[in-house]
Order: sequence, then C-alpha cells, then structure tokens
Amino acid sequence: MEDKINEIKKAAEKELEQVKSSNELKELKIKYLGKKSELSEMLKSLGKLSKEERPKIGALVNEVKKEIEEKINATEEKIREQVIKEKLEKEKIDITLPGTKIKRGSKHPLNRVIEEIEDLFVSMGYDVVEGPELETDEFCFERLNLPEGHPARDMQDSFYITDEYLLRTQTSAVQARAMVANKEKTPIRIITLGKTYRREDDATHSHQFNQIEGLVVDRKDTVNISLADLKGTLEVFMRKMLGEKTELRFRPSYFPFTEPSYEVDVTCFKCGGKGCPLCKHTGWIEVLGSGMVHPNVLKMNGYDPEIYSGFAFGTGIDRLAMFKYGITDMRYLYTNDIKFLSQFDRMDIEN
Amino acid sequence: MKLSLNFVKDYVDIAVPVDVLAEDMTRVGNEYDSAEKLVPATKLIIGEVKTCEPHPDSDHLHVCTVDVGKEVLNIVCGAPNVKAGQKVIVALAGAELPGGVKIKKSNIRGQESNGMICALYEIGIDKKYLSEEDKNGIHVLPDDAPIGGDPVKYMKLNDEVIDFDLTANRGDLLSILGMAYEIGAIYDKKVRDIDLSHNETKDDINDTFKLKINTPNCSLFLAKEVKNVTIKESPDFIKNRLIASGIRPINNVVDISNYVMLECGQPLHFYDRDRLKDCLEVRQAYNGEKLTTLDEVERTLDESDLVISDGEKSIGLAGVMGGLSTEVEPTTKNVIIEAAIFDSVMVRKTSKKILRSEASNRFEKGIAPNRTYMAIERACKLLEEYADGTVIGGKCVYDKTDTARKSRLIEIKYKDVNDLLGANISKEEILDVFRRLDFEIDYSDNEKAGVWVPRRRLDISIPEDLIEEVSRIYGVDNIEGKLPVVPMKQGSKNGTIRAIRNKMVDLGLNETLTYVLINDKEVHKYTNDEFEELRLLDPMTEERNVLRYSLIPSLVKTYEYNKAHYNKDVSIFEIGKGFWKKQEEYGENQKLCALMTGNYFEGLNKKPVDFYVIKGVAEEILDFLGYGGRYSFVYPKQSIKEFHPGQTAEISVNGDIVGVLGRIHPEEIKEPVFVLEINLDRLLAKRASKMTYKEISKYPTINKDIAIIVDEKITSKEVETEIKKAGGRLFLKSEIFDVYEGKNIGEGKKSLAYSLSFGAQDRTLTDEEVNEVLQKIIERLEKVLKAELRS
Repeated sequence: MEDKINEIKKAAEKELEQVKSSNELKELKIKYLGKKSELSEMLKSLGKLSKEERPKIGALVNEVKKEIEEKINATEEKIREQVIKEKLEKEKIDITLPGTKIKRGSKHPLNRVIEEIEDLFVSMGYDVVEGPELETDEFCFERLNLPEGHPARDMQDSFYITDEYLLRTQTSAVQARAMVANKEKTPIRIITLGKTYRREDDATHSHQFNQIEGLVVDRKDTVNISLADLKGTLEVFMRKMLGEKTELRFRPSYFPFTEPSYEVDVTCFKCGGKGCPLCKHTGWIEVLGSGMVHPNVLKMNGYDPEIYSGFAFGTGIDRLAMFKYGITDMRYLYTNDIKFLSQFDRMDIEN
Repeated sequence: MKLSLNFVKDYVDIAVPVDVLAEDMTRVGNEYDSAEKLVPATKLIIGEVKTCEPHPDSDHLHVCTVDVGKEVLNIVCGAPNVKAGQKVIVALAGAELPGGVKIKKSNIRGQESNGMICALYEIGIDKKYLSEEDKNGIHVLPDDAPIGGDPVKYMKLNDEVIDFDLTANRGDLLSILGMAYEIGAIYDKKVRDIDLSHNETKDDINDTFKLKINTPNCSLFLAKEVKNVTIKESPDFIKNRLIASGIRPINNVVDISNYVMLECGQPLHFYDRDRLKDCLEVRQAYNGEKLTTLDEVERTLDESDLVISDGEKSIGLAGVMGGLSTEVEPTTKNVIIEAAIFDSVMVRKTSKKILRSEASNRFEKGIAPNRTYMAIERACKLLEEYADGTVIGGKCVYDKTDTARKSRLIEIKYKDVNDLLGANISKEEILDVFRRLDFEIDYSDNEKAGVWVPRRRLDISIPEDLIEEVSRIYGVDNIEGKLPVVPMKQGSKNGTIRAIRNKMVDLGLNETLTYVLINDKEVHKYTNDEFEELRLLDPMTEERNVLRYSLIPSLVKTYEYNKAHYNKDVSIFEIGKGFWKKQEEYGENQKLCALMTGNYFEGLNKKPVDFYVIKGVAEEILDFLGYGGRYSFVYPKQSIKEFHPGQTAEISVNGDIVGVLGRIHPEEIKEPVFVLEINLDRLLAKRASKMTYKEISKYPTINKDIAIIVDEKITSKEVETEIKKAGGRLFLKSEIFDVYEGKNIGEGKKSLAYSLSFGAQDRTLTDEEVNEVLQKIIERLEKVLKAELRS
C-alpha cells in the first residue's frame, strides 16, 4: 500500500515536470487530486484497512496529496509568470523615440535681464514703477532741467508726434513722474525699466532700445544720500550682472539732471581689463550714466533741495543683455528669428 | 575737439606722453576718441633723388636712385611728378604707414625697390588739407632739407593730437586756453598769458565805421580794422596746427581767424573792407531773404535766422557762416574783424537747419565776453606779425553783456562737499583744488569759502557745480563706495505681467520684441476699433512712420521673416504697448499678442495648429488669471477684414470685449496662421475671482452621457447654456466629447455628445433623482433647440 502511494507520488512528480500549459496542469490536478483520483479513492476505502494501518495510511495519503498540491501550485505560478513575461516582452517599445510634448517656450533675453534687475533691486527695498512710453516734452525734458534750446537735447534726437508729445528718449522721464506723483514728498527708492526711442539706427544703435533708471531720494538730516552710496549701489548692480570681479570707474561727465554727473565704466568682461578690441584696448567699457540729482530737478518736482538729496542712474539694457549672453549684433535682439529666440528657453543654473 | 599738443604747449607745460595725458583727461571727465601722432608713419627719412629713369616694363613707373645719407637706394616710384634732384620723403623698408601698409624690399616688374617715396597723404595727412600738387603726387621738400634727416621734424609735423569727445556743458574746452587750464589743474601747472601786443595807428575806426545792432539776440559785437594786409601762405606752424586741429589752411589771413578761434574759443569773421559799406548791422533775416554763403550755396532764410548785413542786404549768417560777397580773397587789402556773441539757441536752430560749423558749435555752447575782447586783440597781433597789416586805432563796441556774468562769487561749505560726496576731504584739500583750477578764493574760514569762478567757466553757477570740480580734481576713485543706510522696507513690483509672460512661455511660445514704429498702411489692420493714428513728425524712414495700435502687424512681420528663413513652426508672443489718439486724448494700452502656425505638438503626434489650439492658449491665460466662468467666445458683431470670417472670435469678459482671436484671412496669408490679441489693461480692470478653497463633496459624482442631433448652426455654447439652465442644483458640469457631422444624421445637422456630472454635497444621489434631472435637460433641449436625442 505504501509503495503504491509513493509510486503515485513519483509518477505525479514526473508528469509535473513535463507540464507546459495551464490546461495540462488542470488535467493533472484532476488526475491526482480530483474526487476520482487514486489517492481520493484510497481515502474512501480506508475503512477496509486494519485498525492499525488506517491512521498511518490515511496520514500518508494526505501528506502526499498535500505535497502534490503544493508542487502543482508552484508550477502554476511558474507558468503564470512565464505567460506574463511573454506577453510583456511582446509589448516592448523603442524607448529612443521622442517624447510627446508641446514646444518649449522661451523668454526674450532682454526680458530675462530686466527680470533679473527687477529682482535684485526689489530685494534691496526698491519699488518697480512704470511710466508711459508716449511722453510729454515736459516730463521727458523740461522737468529734468533740459529747457527748450538746451544743447544737451541734441544728444537725444527725438521722435515727436506733436510739439508736446514724443516717444520717450530716456526712462529718466519716470524720475520726474515719481517725484510729482509722491504727494506727501516722502523718500523715494524706485527703479523703472522699459522701452526708449531715439532717432538713430546703425550697427550699435537701434532706434528702439531699453533702459533701466534708478532714483533714490531721502532726507539729508537722517539718511543723506551721497555719491559714495551711488558708487556702492552701482557696484552691487554691476557685479550681479557682469560678475563679482567687475571693477567700476567713475568718470565725471555731464547730464543736465544730475550734478555732479558721472559716466561709469566697467572692466572689460572679455579681457578682464587687459585691453582687447571690444574695449578698444582701454580695458574699460562705458555702461552707465549717473549722478546726484540736480537741485533744480528736485525743486521743479516738489522736493526741497535744502531738505532732500538723492542719486539717479540709468543704463541701456540691450548692451547688458549682449554682454551677458555674448550676443554679437544688436539687431539680433529685434529680428526675432526663432533660431535666436529658442536659445533662451531654459534655466541658467548657477553652479 | 582735436587738441594739438604743440599748440597747447604754448600755454602750459606737459611732461607726460600723449596717451597718459589722454587718460588723465578722461579721469577728470573729458573723454577722447583717439590719441596719436599727427604723422603716424614710422621709419621716414629725407632723401635726394639722384637719378630717375622710366621703368623699362611700364608706361608710368620710374626707377630712381635715392640718396638717404648712409646709402643710396634703388626705388621704383609711380608718382608722375618725381624728378632727379628733388628732396623727398622716403619710407624705408620696415616702415609702417597709416592704413596698415608695410614697406618691404621688393621687386617691381623686374626692378629692385628698397623703399617708397611718399606723398603727404601716404604718411597720414588727409587729402582735404593738401594743395593740388600734394593731392596728386609725392611731396617735394625745399632744397635745404637735410639728407638723412627726419622729414616729420623738418616739416614741423612732429605733433600729437588727442581727439576729445567733450560734454555739452564745457564750451570752455573748445579753446586751447581752456584746455591749458584743464591740463594745468591736473598737473598743477600755471597757464601762461596770451600775447596780445601790437601797434595801432592814431586813427579811430569809429570815425569811419558804425555798428547797428537791431536785435536782442546779439549781446556783444566788436569790430576793428586792419589795413594793407599781404595775403600769402601761412607760416608752417600755423598751417600745421590748423591741420592738427582739423581745419584746412587757406591763406594767412583766413588762417589767422581760425587760429585765434582755436586759441580763444571765440569765432571771428574777417570782411573785405573794400567790398563793404560803412557799417555792419545785426538783425533778424526777412522771411524769404536770400543769402549766398561762403560755400557758394544760396540759402533762403526766415525771421528766426540772425544775419549780418551791410546796412541793406545780408552778407553773413551770424554765428554760422559768412557770406560770399564780402569774403577775404587773394586780392584783399583791408579787413574788418568781427568778434561777437550771438544768442546760443538761435545759432543752434539756424545751424541745425543749415550747417554745423566750428563757429556755430562754439556759439551754441556759450562764449565768455572777456574772450571776445581777447580774441579781437590777438587777431590784430597776428595780422600785424604774419600778414604785415597795420592796425587802425580804436574799436567799435556794442556790449550788452550782463556784468553779473563776468565773475561769480559762490560760497561753498566744506560739510556740503563731504555730505554730497560721502567723503572726508579736508579744507586744505578742497581749497587746493580751486587753486589748481586757478579759481580765486575770496575768503575762507573753517566751515566755508567764497570762490570766484572765472568768466571762462560758464558751466559753473551753483555750489553743486563747485562740488563737482572738487570731485573731478580730487578724484572720484578716492571716494569709497558704500550702500545707503536707509530704513528697511519691502520692495514692490506688479507681478501680473511677468506671470502672464511666464505662463505664455510655459505654454510653449517664444517671446519676441518687435518695433513699436510701423508703417501707416498697417496701423488700422486687424481691428475695427476707431482711433486716430499717431504719426511721427519726422520719421527716419516711411517704413516706420506711425506708432502701432495693435501688435498683430508686428507679429505677422515676424512670421514672414521666419518663414523666409526656413522656420515653419512659429508660435510666438509679445507683451507690449499699443498707442492711440481719440479727439485730444492720447493713450497707450498694454497688450498680449500671440501668433501660431505650423506644428505646436512635438514628438510623433505632430498636429498643426488650428483655431482650437490658439483658443486653448487664450482659455489658459484667462483661467490662470482667475476669469474662469466669466468669459465667453463670441462671433464678432462685424467681421474684421483681415480675419477669416468663419474662424474668428471675440473674447468677452463680463460682457465687454477684451480681445480677439482667429485665423488670418487666407487672402492675407495663404497658410493657416492664427493670432490672438488681448488688451491687458482692459482685461485686468475686470474683477477676477478670488482663489479660495471650496469644500470637496464626500459623496460620489454620477456621470451620464447624452448625444443629441441639432441644427448645424447651433453652437456648443448654446447647448451648454440650456443644459445648465435645466440642470438645477444637482447638475455639476457638462463636457463635450464628440462632434459629428455626416450622412447618417442628415443634411444641415450635427451630433453633439456630452458627459454630464451630477452630485450633491450631503448625500449619494439615487438613480431616480439623476434620471429625473436628465429627463428635464433632454426635454429642454428638445423644446428650446429642437434637439433630437440619439439612441
């Protein structure tokens, strides 16, 4: 009897090894474990056995049945895995094909620079303000100490619409607007950025360009804004835009709305100040106009120059953007070739 | 202003090389364009042509032997005027001539050539300064030129020139004397006096000559007479200094007027006395008055121009240019010298209209009256010395210059200096600056000083101007920068425009920056809005003569440019101003404009842009800004000419039109190109919804799909509106998922399929409840839109 049982077990194990599909396995299960299987029959006929043999054989049959069942289950799992594996293998794709997406947009390099400047000055407590591009002669010139007939008006050939209205030649117009708009005549700390227009077009000048203008006005008795403050502020500004190693040189100059006035040169970012064609072998590149707000300008716009002093500065953003990104021709900024624009479609991580 | 170093050294000592001087001048505020030798050529030597034979293989070259002292060189020369026996300028092998020419030993058509015989223009003197002979051939030196010597030194052309780019306020630096004071201040050197000494006859010009000043625009007029001048060539030093200063020498008399102008900064005019009547008059021109100026051009004047007349007709354009009829000619014997000050604004206007001259430039910047007196005496001195003239005694004087302008006493407080500069400069250092500048100190104590500003410095009128002088001469580099110490406060900026820009970039569009000035043919395109265009009074080109109203023409131009440059997929946007005028009101509005064409989706599922893609961009922006549920897209009430009549929508927010989008009319652009423009000022003035949290329902949402057949003219928006009206409280939202037109639903009909969601905050809806609502919706659609439910 026991031999018989072991034979069945061996036969079952042998057949299991041959099984290939889940159908075959199902048949095998019926054959060895079904109600009509030899082992089931044995259990049914246990009563025919002697009292001593009955539990022993019974236990053995159950044990073998359990063993066969476990083996069948294991095989079943193996077959299932195999089936899935084969199915998924068939679903293999070419992962080198391109991803599905929309185009990646880009921000114009000038606006990238504008935003960088805005963020820098906002972090120092400045307010970013705006002014009209279609300006009046009054705010663009007169309130900045540039009366009609002033020779310095020639430095800025203008696009007039009428005798009164013109496209602003400088963001400085917003200086006067900010001072006039401040009815309580409280301290001012602003920058303004935007488009400006002059009647000139050549390789280094576009009739439309962009400027940033800064103005700080505060009380003399408590704060006393000085040239030293202007120097320090512009050092922070230029080093942020052009690199920490940038040195600045203040050259006395002339602007009707500031007194004293200074033009500011920075060490050439191409040669670092050694001299190269870009800086015409001087080591310096002129980038900014600046100075202490002229007492007449303060007065004309409602601030008493006995009580207030301030500094102002302005610079062209187009050139800063060209320096920053190595753009070789100013005209590229306004041609808007997709091949140009799409080069500014990503972050520039600082690491 | 071109500064000849030889010239200025007459008045101040300079011990540094030209490049150092240029840099030092820059540091005190005087920029320069170039600083170089007047004759930049190297390795030049005086030679004598010993023999000169025609080149055997050329019809115009000569083969010469030239003695340069140490050796005799074989040189092939192409100049027509070369001859044996001439003293000439030779550039030796290894010489560098202006324009990058390098002289090498060479062989020209079989003849050895070991140098070059030079013309003056070849060594760096511009042709415009040269005589006809010198323009057309080599320069022939006088016989006493020493063989082997330095020709530059021999010709007294060994000068150095700095070309300054001066600021508009420093009219004083348009003179050698002004430059001398500036240089003297930098190096702490005294300026030498100008020599005005000359003899005069016992006669008085006032007996025979009169001034009539009939305009308020002439504040000072002086005249003197010099008789019996000899017109000839100027001495070398005058000619060379004029050339170095950028002025062409003509003859001794004319050259002297220019020479004195350079020295004193006061333009002079010399009249041929014998072609003049007995007076000089200054007056406004008559409207339409004609005057032929020195350059032989007839000018038509008006009453805004200032003229000099002989009492009857105009003979000169005051401050700008003299007239042809009384100019100094080779036959001139007697001259009247005019030294005057004309109104700077008036001269500026006339010269801007007619001609910019050395004279007008100086009048525009302003002239100190003492220089007028100085210049006329200096001219007499030089005419006596270099033109053998006899100076007639006395001078005609008309002087209305304000005496207050002569010298100004300005008080300066040392504390103000240091407060404004943020520095700590001592009293001694401050006063030393004024001593160097040759500004006289009237009084000083431990807090303040009274400073006399010399008449030449018209730019200094307030204490701040003096502070600038301190910062210039003391040196801005010596002031340490620091950040302002101010009360801390939050900086602010309006972030909306930047957020819109970022969103557009995220939506995959490239930002452009186009010109605001466009052509007037385009300004009214792509809009039915009524406005007057803003036209430039004086455009640079007719291509850009008006300010744009819409940004669409600019982006269309950008599209065309890109198409021509093989960029087919164009999705661009710009945020910028559009300008307008209505009656007397001028305005500008911030606008968002986008243009899309070609592929927008990338990878394998490429799909060209259509109306719904650009509409999606618009919806994204509106939803992002919080206008979800407040906007709709409507057919324009009146079609816009440049848009496709069936594929255009206006964007309505809270009932007002804020923008437009659609396909550009195929007659404008054949390819499907779509544009969008939103007036951001108008949009952002509309109230947007606040971003606040709404409780999420804990109960399930039930979805039901329906499909209906309606007339093809009915819009999806109309169907959705009716669904919403019938839906009641339990209806949440509808979403269209299919649009179908085809044979099996009949001509003129379309099928629309919607997924409807239902739900409640407080319970799970029963099937009966949902079906009841659904039934209501269907009934309304059938009743109102004649819809037919598809089974």
